[in-house]
Amino acid sequence: MRYLPLTQPDRDAMLSVIGVSSVDDLFVDVPEAARLSGPIAGLANHASELAVERHMTALARRNTVAGEVPFFLGCGAYRHHVPASVDHLIQRGEYLTAYTPYQPEIAQGTLQMLFEFQTQVARLLGTDVANASMYDGSTACWEAIGMARRITRRGRAILSGGLHPHYVSVAKTMAKYTGDLLDTRVPALSADTDISDLIAAIDDDTSCVVVQYPDILGRVADLSELAAACHARKALLIAVVTEPVALGALKSPGEMDADIVVGEGQSLGVGLQFGGPYVGLFGCKDKYVRQMPGRLCGETVDADGRRGFVLTLSTREQHIRREKATSNICTNSGLCALAFSIHVTLLGERGLRDLAAINHAAACAAAERLAQVPGIELVTPAFFNEFTLKLPVEARPAVRTLAERGVLAGVSLGRLYPGEDALANGLVVAVTETTTPEDVEALATALEEVLA
Amino acid sequence: MTINASGWKPEMTAEQGDAPATHTGNRTLMLEEPLIFEIAGPDTTGVDFADAPAAGGDRLGGLARTAPIGLPGLSEPEAVRHYTRLSRQNYAIDLGLFPLGSCTMKHNPRLNEKMARLPGFADVHPLQPVDTVQGALEVIRQLAHWLVTLTGMSSVAMSPKAGAHGELCGILAIKAALAARGDGDRRVILVPESAHGTNPATAAFAGFAVEDIPATADGRVDADALIARLGPDVAGVMITNPNTCGLFERDLRAISDAVHSAGGYVYCDGANFNAIVGRVRPGDLGVDAMHINLHKTFSTPHGGGGPGSGPVVFSEALAPFAPLPFVEDRDGHLVLVEEENAEDHHAQSFGRMVAFHGQMGMFTRALTYILSHGADGLAQVSGDAVLNANYVLRSLEGVLDAPFAGVGPCMHEALFSDHGLADGFSTLDVAKGLIDEGFHPMTVYFPLVVHGAMLVEPTETESKAALDQFVGALRSVAERARAGDRSLKTAPHFAPRARLDETRAARKPVLVWREPDLAQAAE
Repeated sequence: MRYLPLTQPDRDAMLSVIGVSSVDDLFVDVPEAARLSGPIAGLANHASELAVERHMTALARRNTVAGEVPFFLGCGAYRHHVPASVDHLIQRGEYLTAYTPYQPEIAQGTLQMLFEFQTQVARLLGTDVANASMYDGSTACWEAIGMARRITRRGRAILSGGLHPHYVSVAKTMAKYTGDLLDTRVPALSADTDISDLIAAIDDDTSCVVVQYPDILGRVADLSELAAACHARKALLIAVVTEPVALGALKSPGEMDADIVVGEGQSLGVGLQFGGPYVGLFGCKDKYVRQMPGRLCGETVDADGRRGFVLTLSTREQHIRREKATSNICTNSGLCALAFSIHVTLLGERGLRDLAAINHAAACAAAERLAQVPGIELVTPAFFNEFTLKLPVEARPAVRTLAERGVLAGVSLGRLYPGEDALANGLVVAVTETTTPEDVEALATALEEVLA
Repeated sequence: MTINASGWKPEMTAEQGDAPATHTGNRTLMLEEPLIFEIAGPDTTGVDFADAPAAGGDRLGGLARTAPIGLPGLSEPEAVRHYTRLSRQNYAIDLGLFPLGSCTMKHNPRLNEKMARLPGFADVHPLQPVDTVQGALEVIRQLAHWLVTLTGMSSVAMSPKAGAHGELCGILAIKAALAARGDGDRRVILVPESAHGTNPATAAFAGFAVEDIPATADGRVDADALIARLGPDVAGVMITNPNTCGLFERDLRAISDAVHSAGGYVYCDGANFNAIVGRVRPGDLGVDAMHINLHKTFSTPHGGGGPGSGPVVFSEALAPFAPLPFVEDRDGHLVLVEEENAEDHHAQSFGRMVAFHGQMGMFTRALTYILSHGADGLAQVSGDAVLNANYVLRSLEGVLDAPFAGVGPCMHEALFSDHGLADGFSTLDVAKGLIDEGFHPMTVYFPLVVHGAMLVEPTETESKAALDQFVGALRSVAERARAGDRSLKTAPHFAPRARLDETRAARKPVLVWREPDLAQAAE
């Protein structure tokens, strides 16, 4: 077996050093009744690379590949071009096969990369600091709500209707166990966000208001007034960014005085991967750093006075604090953070701004074209690279019909909000630098035919 | 002493202190690398776009970002060099034995990487219509099937993002099951002293009070004490098997039976499942829920700290409470069971833990690994892992104190204590000495039940020659520590950095880079 270096003579020699006659003797502590008497039922014996590759490739072929069809899905996961060097670099064994950097003298590569990542994330989100990553955007969002509870010692969180419904679901699941009260709402299929409604809902028990930017329908809105309203009641503003490329074009939530900004970093470096692994971004104001969840990398010096990096403030974490930790998170998303960081480094300020401008221009052009399809209305006048259309019919079956015609048209609001009739005709369309004018034309034409 | 298989030993001609300083600070292949912010420029980029951004099309609602973001860029050659040079400051499994106990650093097969990158898996959106992702759902279904089969359990929740997230999943299912039968007053979770820190953190998060259960002198959980503590206030136990002392909990079946009769549930931390895979099924030991770290047992890469993946297998009793979403075969058509189609038989699900459906990229790798090894290979995996650990344990007899070696063989990891080291010498000194020998240290100061613990897990992917070299190195370092060799106190001497000042890092945290003038102003 190609992954097992021991030969039978090795095993025999080792058994004699140990002083037992067989490997089974080493399992002496396992009660007889608990030992399997034969091989695992139904599982074939070991297989060659070629055989396994055939099996997996056959499964992969049964999926429609996003890059091979006109493709317009977003809603928390976006298709962007990732430079070839990103995937090459993250496959270097020194990154891929390293562990969490608990021995900093021989992990400066990972640690320095994390310090650079934290700096890039903080600057992108507009926060003072950022951590070394979370699992994904949805879990980062929940952790932010918990952090706001610890800071404010209040337990009522107000969630905007523009927040991704899966993120809301995750928060609802967790709140059942922590006792947080969640004030949630469903978005309206209109240009208006619910900011004034959120402001009106803030009271003296409110720990935080959670708002997505751009939101689930793609809408963008100024958060400054909301931040001020939160702060007037000593509540925190949490902003959630599921499309970080947007921050190459849009004012950051931190600039609008959000206290905690979390995000899904998948757009940069990571790829779609059917939903994971992704990388959660987590930034906040300096004064809240000791209430942050997750790992933090900090600068220090070594015994010879040279600059170096270590994991720090671990007294917040489970392996030190056990039941008093700020979170139970242990492993985060280190390799995806590396991919994110390399992509951002390759782009730089200029590249990110260009990328964002191309995304926005392409989305504007697509919105204009699609709004010309008879019966279709553009719901969202202000957006970045994702907008919502109102179809004259229910969007969910239309999306299925379009998929049968080889066009992945977007995410229907019926998929995200089953049972919400007022949203059933909504279709969220994402357009990135990977979308060609021909793709847009294919979607427009297909929609015209399906709706005719 | 033989240093390597050929017997060749490098000649050290000069003490490090006599080495000349270099202009660059580099020492040949040991290269210093600045931060990107110190070498990159705001107008430099490593990405070309075919089209200049089109003019017009401003629908940003007056929210255009005008101030500089502060993200310098590098051209592609500069970026490749930056990250390559940084990578060389890392230790990794690809460089040598990585004996972190309980972390399971085994070889990461490259076929796994290749399969995860097939466009049919890597370039698929999680919200595509299910008809267009039947192959992806089939990967999840097949992996789920093998995880259930290998553990002898009833069902599996695939969505948890890592081991600790899986623990949370299991504990929330227990909480939901108790609530469903009107038994929500059970507030106590029993956790052995030797548990991972995530166990008490998870139980506390779910609102349980954590009570420690002591260990016996032979390194197992004190079953009598545990069973005596059971009662109407106990929701369940969290127990690791094999435990973090590297020992099989012989009494787990009896403990499970007692917990069940007392109305509680058994959570098993599956971090060490790699020691028994293909030989023992936790379901046969009465376990109700167990997470499986795919990056430990099923060889997905650790990546310098994630991404992990922590599917949770459930007993029949807890299965109805498993989180959404999951994949179900309905008349040959695979569907994603989510909130809208959970229907009656999943109505008790405790909800959703993540956006989308879990760590697909890890599922493809783990399934690739399971099929590569097959039934015979997986049993050989656990057999070799246990053999390697016992070989290390016996080979270090007389040099390092092994508190539980007298009671019998260990499982997949060998535990030593700092007993016998010279006064003033600690486990940390042994660890740092190993770094100079070219090895990553073992897990240190964990588990907490042993003084100055050193937990060595070689894994099954090490050859006998690699083990012999490691044993020789550890023996040498341990002998120096016993003899009071002062040079160990300042080890490592040959690493990219000497010991780092962690106190300073925590006292005045510097977590992001700031331009030097701004950094100075902030002081």
